[in-house]
Formats: sequence, C-alpha cells, structure tokens
Amino acid sequence: MSHENQTVAVAMSGGVDSSTVAALLCERGYKIIGLTLQLWNQRRLSSHDGMPEAVQGRCCSIDDVYDARHVADKLGIPYYVVNQESRFEHDVVRPFVEEYLSGRTPIPCSLCNNHLKFDQLLVTARQIGADLLATGHYARNEYDERSGRWLLKRPADRSKDQTYFLFGLTQEQLSRTLFPLGEMCKPEVREEAKRTGLRLFEKPDSQEICFIPGGDYKKFLDAYLEEQGEEIPDTSGELVTTTGEVVGTHSGIHNFTVGQRKGLGVATGSPLYVLEIRGDKHQVVVGAGEDLLSCTLRAKKLNWLSIADLREPIRVHAKIRHRHEAAPATVEKRGDDEVLVTFDAPQRAITPGQAVVFYEGDVVVGGGWIC
Amino acid sequence: MRRVYLDNNATSPLLPEVFEAMKPCFFEKFGNASSIHQQGQQSRSAVEQAREQVAELVNCRPAEIVFTSGGTEGDNLALFGLVKPGDHVITSAVEHHAVLNACRRLEEIGCGVTYLPVDGCALVDPDDLRRAIRPGTKLISIIFANNETGVLQAVNEIGKIAAEADVYFHTDAVQAAGKVPIDVKVMRCDLLTLAAHKMHGPQGAGALYVRKGTLLQPMLYGGRHERSRRAGTENLPGIVGLGKAAEIARQGFTDGSVERLAALRDHLENNIVKGIDQVGVNSAGAPRVPNTTNIVFDCLEGEAMVIALDLKGLSVSTGAACSSGAIEPSHVLTAMGLSPDRARASLRFSLGKQNTAADVDFVLQLIPEVVTRLRDLSPVYKKVVR
Repeated sequence: MSHENQTVAVAMSGGVDSSTVAALLCERGYKIIGLTLQLWNQRRLSSHDGMPEAVQGRCCSIDDVYDARHVADKLGIPYYVVNQESRFEHDVVRPFVEEYLSGRTPIPCSLCNNHLKFDQLLVTARQIGADLLATGHYARNEYDERSGRWLLKRPADRSKDQTYFLFGLTQEQLSRTLFPLGEMCKPEVREEAKRTGLRLFEKPDSQEICFIPGGDYKKFLDAYLEEQGEEIPDTSGELVTTTGEVVGTHSGIHNFTVGQRKGLGVATGSPLYVLEIRGDKHQVVVGAGEDLLSCTLRAKKLNWLSIADLREPIRVHAKIRHRHEAAPATVEKRGDDEVLVTFDAPQRAITPGQAVVFYEGDVVVGGGWIC
Repeated sequence: MRRVYLDNNATSPLLPEVFEAMKPCFFEKFGNASSIHQQGQQSRSAVEQAREQVAELVNCRPAEIVFTSGGTEGDNLALFGLVKPGDHVITSAVEHHAVLNACRRLEEIGCGVTYLPVDGCALVDPDDLRRAIRPGTKLISIIFANNETGVLQAVNEIGKIAAEADVYFHTDAVQAAGKVPIDVKVMRCDLLTLAAHKMHGPQGAGALYVRKGTLLQPMLYGGRHERSRRAGTENLPGIVGLGKAAEIARQGFTDGSVERLAALRDHLENNIVKGIDQVGVNSAGAPRVPNTTNIVFDCLEGEAMVIALDLKGLSVSTGAACSSGAIEPSHVLTAMGLSPDRARASLRFSLGKQNTAADVDFVLQLIPEVVTRLRDLSPVYKKVVR
C-alpha cells in the first residue's frame, strides 16, 4: 500500500520503540517528520542534594536527543526538537507535586499524554503540515463503523500494554494517531530495529518517571520546592489505626502512599500498611494487610472512549494502576462527573490520585481519576 | 524544492571571492605564519594583508587588530582581558549571550555589573548610562547592532559619554559589520568585536579591535602570537577569508549593494505588514541595520512557524540561533516590553548578499499561506478573532 501523499509526524524519544516506528513508516512510504518534545531539563535539579546527575535512557536527556537525531539522519527525514518545557512544568510537574503534597499518588504519564503528547504535539504536527501523529506506544486504535466511534484497544503484546496511560485521549486525537507497534511484541520491535539498521536496537527500555532520575520522588519534591523557593508545607501528624488509636507520628503526608509498608517508623508484631491518607487532618491511617482490600471506589474527571456517555450501569474489567490485573466490576453513574465502581472481589490498595480504566475485552471503554 | 535562506544573522554563506582567496591557504600557501622559511613568510604576509583589510573596515591601525576565533571569543577577551574583580561594568539587557553570560561570570568573580534597561525599540537611553557610571566603573559594553531586531544603539553618544568619564568602551559590532559604516575613531571606542561569518566570511574567524594603549590580559597562553594578546597558530584560511570579506563589506557601502539589501528588506517587511492581520515590526521606528526585520505574528508559536516554513523551503529563525531549543522567550524582545507570548510569536528574517528579489517574492507568497494554516489551528487566535 502506498502512503505517498500522507505526511506523518513521529514523536521520537530516542528510544527503540519510537525509532522503529519512524523506520517502519518510512518503509511503508509515508512522508515522515520526526519531532522530539523537549520537556524537562535533566540537569535542572542536579545540583541539589541527593539528586543524581541526568541519567541516560530517558526522554529529554541530551543523549536521547542525539539518538533521535541520529535515527532521523539515517532515515533521511526532517527532524525537529520542539520545546515544551514551560507547558510540561505547568501541566505535569506542578500537578504532580501538588498531588503528593495533598496526600494522593499521581501518575504524570497520563497528564503528559493528555496535555503534551496528544494535545500540543498533535497541534504542532498539524501546523507543520502533518495529517497524522505516530507514537511508539503499545496500543491499538481503530474506527468502529457500528458505533461511529474511534476505539482504543489493548496491544498484541499484553506485557507492554500502555492503554492505561492513554484513556484520556479524545475522539479527535484517536482519529489522528497511529500506533504502529500495536500489533507487535517487543522482541519483534527490536528485531525490526536491527533489520532496519538502527544501531540502538539493544538500548534498554526506560521505566521510571522521566523527570525523576533515580526514581526517588521525595528527593525530587525537596529539590524542586527548594529551587522554587517554596517550603514543603508542614503536614506532619499522627499515624492512627482504623479505630482511631494513635500509634505514632509522621513527618509529612507526602512521604506516604496507600499500600506502603516500609518507612512507617512503627514497630509492631505484625506488618503494618498505609491504608488511607487523610489530607485535611494530616493523618495517615495504618492497619493490617487485609484492611487494604476494598470493593468500591469513586472516580471523577471521566473520559469515555467506546461510548458517548454512561447512562446505565455497565459490566467491565477495571484496572486501578499500571501493574494491576483488570478485575471484573460494575460501573454506575453517581452525579454529573462521577462514577461508583464496585468490584466483584475486593482489590488491594485502591489509591487516590491514580486512574481507573475500564475495559470491555480489549476495548477501552473509558476511565477516570480515583478520588 | 526551492530553498530561500533568510537567516544571515545566524550565519551567512561564503562569497565565491572569499573562498577563492582562502583556497591557496589549504594547499600551496599552507605555512605557519611564525616560521622563518618561505612558506612561513608567505603566510605572514597573507595574515598581515588581512589585518590591513580588517583595519580599513573599522578605520583603525592594523596593529590594533587581534585575530580571534569569532564573536564570542572577541567579546570574552574584551571583558575578561580588561575587567578585574572589584571593577564595575555597565552593559545592557539586550546584549548577545557572549557578553551577557560573560558579565554573569564577572559577577560571580566579584565584579559589579549594571544591566541597563531599554525602551520599546530595544534602545539604551544615554542618560541612563550617564547615571550608571560610578567611580569604580571600568568598562561599558554595549552592542552596536542587535542580532535579533537589528536596532542600532547610539554608539557615538555612548562613546562620547565613556570618553568623558574616562571609562573603557567595548562594542559587539558582529551584526553591524558590513551593514553600517563603522569608524572606531568617530565612536571613540576602545574595543570592538567582529566575526567573519556574519559578513559572508568563514565560520571560526573573527577579530577584536584593541585601541593602542589598551592593556589586555590574554585568555590563552602560549606563543607570542598577535603581539602576545592571543596565543595559538593563526587560523590562516579563516583570517584570509575574514580579510577578504571585510574588503568586500567595505565596498558594499559605495557599490550600491547595501542599498539593494535595504530595498529588499523594506519590500519584504512592508508587504508582510500590509498583507497579514495582527502583525507588527519589532524595533520599527528606530534606526536599524538594513538587512534585518523582526516581525511578531500574534497568536502564533514562532517555533512551529519556523518548522512549517523550513518544510516549505524557507530558512528563518525565532531569534538568536543560540537560543533555539531554550525555554525562555527572547531576552531582547521581553526586555523591550513584549509579553512572553508575543516574544515567542516573533520571527527574524535576515537577508544577505545572495538574496534576490525573486527570493523575497517567494517568501511573500509563502508566509500568508503558512500563517493562515497555523492560525486556523491555533485555539488562541480563534478566541481573539471572535
């Protein structure tokens, strides 16, 4: 099939996945423009105590921009770095910091997808004359004639499934996006990278949050707020049990996340877990592992994909964090922009700030933010 | 695809005559200008001829020219060569980063630096300068022609103020050379920076005019090259190219080529302003170099526009080449009062000797089409128009 007249912007991070996307689309005859989003200055906080120097293997490190540029050179495609650092800080980093400070556990990747990758980058792509945007995400999308809607579906390689981070896409965004890796598994992608002559086919996957080298978010909060000339608000308070008994004190709610076991500073006979963070009272509720189990959650700021809106209760598989096996549940409306999700069996550590995403088989029905 | 290059303030293509002058230096005339033998003497004579050519461009003595690797080195040599910890320096908010960041470094090593504000055209007020001078003031460094808007500072008046106060005066004239006449005697400056590649010479070559009697501490130590002011074997082809470029630049003031450039720039600017709504010319109304126009296209992302134009065959930039990929909007445009959004929506078009009327027509055809497409997709523009 020839795609000679279609221009596609490829979001290139310098990693194996997006580089392979660029190479494959070139082979398929598209006109390709490579774009790298410069989102964060990796050296920015490196002078602060405990923050490691920028590490290789994440987007926005200088090395990765070199890698992306090298791939673009090799493929002979035009390539540009688009700077969105201020928007990234405003739409992703700030909310990330504020979520932690108010006792929730945020997922910046979804915010980045919603506000930067599929919003700003798609606008830029269209402005520079590309009809479509291709990314290296492991996901599939297709137009469903019957419902007249664009569907987001799980990829062939379930172990790399990134649909959880993509539930916030709009119909417009889905209609203009290509996920060329949706039908491939990771070893195949590396094989294709090698076949098309990309020297980075063995480059390791990136795992952590891109702006937190080393993965220590507490050090990041300290360093970022210090740089901003702000103090971490004093949210120190009590560690309490479910019955209200005070078993200790803590130095601030941002140090905790639901399900956490280490670092509580309380010695008891049986292991203790964080069950709940009461942001308003600065209380951290602790208890036994089985107390982490819960059957219900509420979610807000919903986005529906395969359906226009939720009218009647529906049966789904609901996923409450990236590494969670989606579990059978019923979703029903509770007010204008809120749903109640009731699982058939109790789920462990439902965490405010994370997303809940609803699946019907491979199809993403929609999702929202756990409150 | 037709390609038009209107980014000559970033760098300009080598003129064929300049290349012809340089060519022998790569082959038969390759000697080290410090050597005693024939090859060395040949090179020495080529270097000294270039020194005369550059001296003529700025009306100084050849001995007052120090060859450097370019504008950044010239600026750094002027500042770090003259200023010591404890000294006070006056500069402006709209300097090139080669001066601005050198001044930041001077502050770190214990110098006082005053950054003069500018008006809506990016001009320094000479009265502000007068008021900023204090007993410990050692140096005034003010850019001659701004690289982003092309605005020309009142260097003659600044030089007079500096001379009367007995303070050294340095000017970065990298963007002025070849575009407006330069006379170091008229402007009474002590130090003046030039770069070859902004006037159709090679990259990596430049010069610093150092008035006789101005003692500079060198930055590079080694042999006694350049009268012990800049050690290192001379960049022979670069220096010869700079000399030839300076000679041709000087001819430009009498052979009509500067006027031709000014006419092309005016035609481009006038027709963009006439043909597109919500645009404005930055530093309009102030004296400017004849090759530069900096235009704000409201409600646009300059970065996206540069890419879109590049893909259609036109090379322009959002401002200083060194700022591309940086987070901050242009410090020059914000210093003259533009909001960050309007600074980001500004594009610089800078013409060179190679540009033709047909080039400008191509650009005038392309710009409206690209601006319309970008604005159609801009959420901000839709709101403003409504």
